[in-house]
Amino acid sequence: MAKLIGTPQKRKEDPKLITGNGHFTDDIKLPGMLYGAFLRSPHAHARILKIDASKALELPGVAAVYTGNDLVGKVKAVPAMWFLPGADLKPKDRSTLAVDKTRYAGECVALVVAENRYIARDALDLIEVDYEDLQAVVHQEAALLPEAPLVHDDVENNLALLWKAGEIPDEEFQNAEVVVRQRLYNQRVIPNPIETRGAVAQYNPGSGELTIWCTSQNPHIHRMVYADVLDISESKLQIVAPDVGGGFGSKIATYNEEAVIGHAARDLKRPVKWIEERKEHFMATTHARDEVIEVELAGKRDGTFTALRVKNTANLGAYLSTFGAGCPTIDFGLMVTGAYTIPKAEVVTYGVYTNTTPTDAYRGAGKPEAAFQIERIVDLFAQEIGMDPVELRQKNLIPKEAFPYSTAMGVSYDSGNYQDTLDRALDIAGYPALRKEQEKMREQGKLLGIGISTYVELCGFGPSKVAGAIGFQGGVWENSTVRVHPSGKVAVFTGTSPHGQGTATTFAQVVAEKLGISIDDIELISGDTRSVSMGWGTYGSRNTAVGGAAVSIATDRVIEKAKKIAAHELETSVEELEFSEGIFAVKGAPERKRSFREIAKSANFAWNLPDGVEPSLEGQSFFDPPNFVYPFGAHICVVEVDPQTGEIELKRYVAVDDIGRVINPMLAEGQVHGGIVQGIGQALWEGAVYSENGQLLSGTFMDYTMPKARFFPTIESHFIETPSPVNPLGAKGVGETGTTGAPPAVVNAVMDALRPFGIKDLDMPLTPEKVWRAMQNRRENA
Amino acid sequence: MTFTKKIALSVNGVQKQAEVEPRLLLAHFLREDLNLTGTHIGCDTSQCGACTVMLNGEVVKSCTVLAVQADGAHVTTVEGLGDMEQLHPIQQGFWEKHGLQCGFCTPGVMISMVGLLKENPDPSEEEIRDALEGVICRCTGYQFIVSAVQHAAKLIAEANQSKETITSAGEGR
Repeated sequence: MAKLIGTPQKRKEDPKLITGNGHFTDDIKLPGMLYGAFLRSPHAHARILKIDASKALELPGVAAVYTGNDLVGKVKAVPAMWFLPGADLKPKDRSTLAVDKTRYAGECVALVVAENRYIARDALDLIEVDYEDLQAVVHQEAALLPEAPLVHDDVENNLALLWKAGEIPDEEFQNAEVVVRQRLYNQRVIPNPIETRGAVAQYNPGSGELTIWCTSQNPHIHRMVYADVLDISESKLQIVAPDVGGGFGSKIATYNEEAVIGHAARDLKRPVKWIEERKEHFMATTHARDEVIEVELAGKRDGTFTALRVKNTANLGAYLSTFGAGCPTIDFGLMVTGAYTIPKAEVVTYGVYTNTTPTDAYRGAGKPEAAFQIERIVDLFAQEIGMDPVELRQKNLIPKEAFPYSTAMGVSYDSGNYQDTLDRALDIAGYPALRKEQEKMREQGKLLGIGISTYVELCGFGPSKVAGAIGFQGGVWENSTVRVHPSGKVAVFTGTSPHGQGTATTFAQVVAEKLGISIDDIELISGDTRSVSMGWGTYGSRNTAVGGAAVSIATDRVIEKAKKIAAHELETSVEELEFSEGIFAVKGAPERKRSFREIAKSANFAWNLPDGVEPSLEGQSFFDPPNFVYPFGAHICVVEVDPQTGEIELKRYVAVDDIGRVINPMLAEGQVHGGIVQGIGQALWEGAVYSENGQLLSGTFMDYTMPKARFFPTIESHFIETPSPVNPLGAKGVGETGTTGAPPAVVNAVMDALRPFGIKDLDMPLTPEKVWRAMQNRRENA
Repeated sequence: MTFTKKIALSVNGVQKQAEVEPRLLLAHFLREDLNLTGTHIGCDTSQCGACTVMLNGEVVKSCTVLAVQADGAHVTTVEGLGDMEQLHPIQQGFWEKHGLQCGFCTPGVMISMVGLLKENPDPSEEEIRDALEGVICRCTGYQFIVSAVQHAAKLIAEANQSKETITSAGEGR
């Protein structure tokens, strides 16, 4: 058997997807199925005076209309699931269907269930709601002002949470030779997987069993929550994530819509489907980022960093979303010192309620914001002391001999070689030559910019004990069963729930290499709470580092048991047996052997098992890693800014990432491309824009700029491998590297290009208009 | 009583007849009436291209075409490109070069690229990126989609080459 780990392999997932045989939530069609559509509030903040659904109910084909009052005592609101210990936290769960007030435009007010989607849409127009419009507040800093309207009457100043971490570095700041300060706005972005959310629910009145197919990144979390809010045993509630068309964090959260659809199916005793429209996705699926980050970096004239102080004012939206409280605090705060030796650091986060869509995780969740603020302030520090940003980074990067490295924020980076990724990236980009070219172009009035980011991020969630300590309402271990059929073919069950990552292939590579069988003989079973006992899903690049590790350990347990059976059959001891390339053979007597397939049959037939060995051949693991993993890398972006129009042309993008051991380089590179493009999307184009009264102005793909193919040059992606010591695969996680590394690399490049204008900072997205205005402003004031 | 209209069309070479509401979108007709669920709907505003099909050989977005407008037409969906026994070169290209991740946009992207290759059998990277303007892929970053299309172009060229060889060999006899 050839080596599989570390080699590019075509995906096992693809045949169905390229032939139109994928099975997504909207593809499910059940006999007697009804269709649900939600009426959403057109107001950002309003009192509901009256809802009259009588005309809608008269429309032929309408089966039911539910309002908030209809659900009282029947469906609980989905709860937030991250309660930060030590933080002053005032959780407000999203209301199931709004009862007396709506707090963001797009909040659900009623559900229509009808014979088809067209009738359901018609009926929505017939529901009459009397609203009393209230003053809305959109921006988090405005919401903190004493005169701001209150989103929730009992939450003073709209302050949902106050969280502090680290050590107060006042002394270091007093003694600093240089202090650089910058206010940065990490704008609100919308995850926008191309498949929107959706749910199909079916109830069996005889057995009391309810099945909900939905677009989920973590079906077991959804089962746990929906079982509670619908008051049903987990044994009677099955959650199935069929093929899922991307998630990027937006399908981690639990939502009221899915639960309400479950209720409607149970209530009407007919299957009900709801598929989110794109407009609804923009308004109602969680947004992300939206953090005003004020950062101060203290240090010496020679470039040595001494301390960091960070204040994050985060917009949580109108309610606390599932993991909304964790993103601007734990996810962000623990990573603020980045890849550098900064002895002391302090983070304070203000989480604020506003009349906007709740925010939650989006690819990277907190880590991209952390990387952005440190990478921007490092560049500004370099500028302040007149040092090349590369030289400043080289001076402060954590040296490779320092790992495992404990940061000022109290986390331990597992392993790293930051210098090598930077050196390699500089080498590939031809850094000195680029600087010379830049000088030459500047002489011609052209604006070339070179941006660098050396990021590190926290992935592979991650010890359950830590999850408990930080108030995460769940565990973050992972489960796998490796089941060997009598034929010798293998089913791998995982509690992770992939949605485009190619996990069926990477996990098959791990198992096939270990067992010495073909990857074609291995099937991955995931995304169904009936098939897999428990698991915590896919997010935070934990798929391979935690889920894959469980698969690896479970496979080892299969081999261990198989060896006992083989040794018994070959009349030798386990110690005398070698297992290689799928063959168990007696050491020194290779002709005395059993194939894996033979042992699979023996184990299942159980005609001749050794004493104390039970029939069947399965291995199981519930792997709880001892630490997080910390992928890192160096990204270099080269841009040219048009001095007349402000348009930015991406000329080159070099990424050198260390994701630990690479299982499938082709798939890993695909993840890097996707992540970088999303990161560049945030840097240059994407952004949710609200009007002052809380209307989402960027509410469709026509006015929210999604990255398109022609926007990009070829991304030059490379890997360096520093295996992680915290899991048996040495894997670290790749899904978020691009979204973390790209925004600072791109913004640093644009700011570098704009240096002749004396422009130090502009908020993302760096649209041509914004860049042009900044240049024009300087020209006029020159 | 809802007003309906009879339509007849050929879908992937198979003749279909149906009675539909005039407002029914072609995308919904294909997915829900004909069970051809490979065509997806991602945005409702004709931006994402997940619903792209061929209508009389032209690349169109089936979420902005009414089913009644397809009366008498030939429609090709992803299911009509090829199957596992015989993949279309574009499908082969996407598989070989990792041109998809979640796969939701993929059917529409492939159809759109079949349209490109019909007009331009040997597109440059820039031409492929330009032709991808009508679709949005949130997963791949497009780079491997470009590789996939280039690979498909090569496979088509090779197939044509060998067809010509066979033809000319036949002529020689």
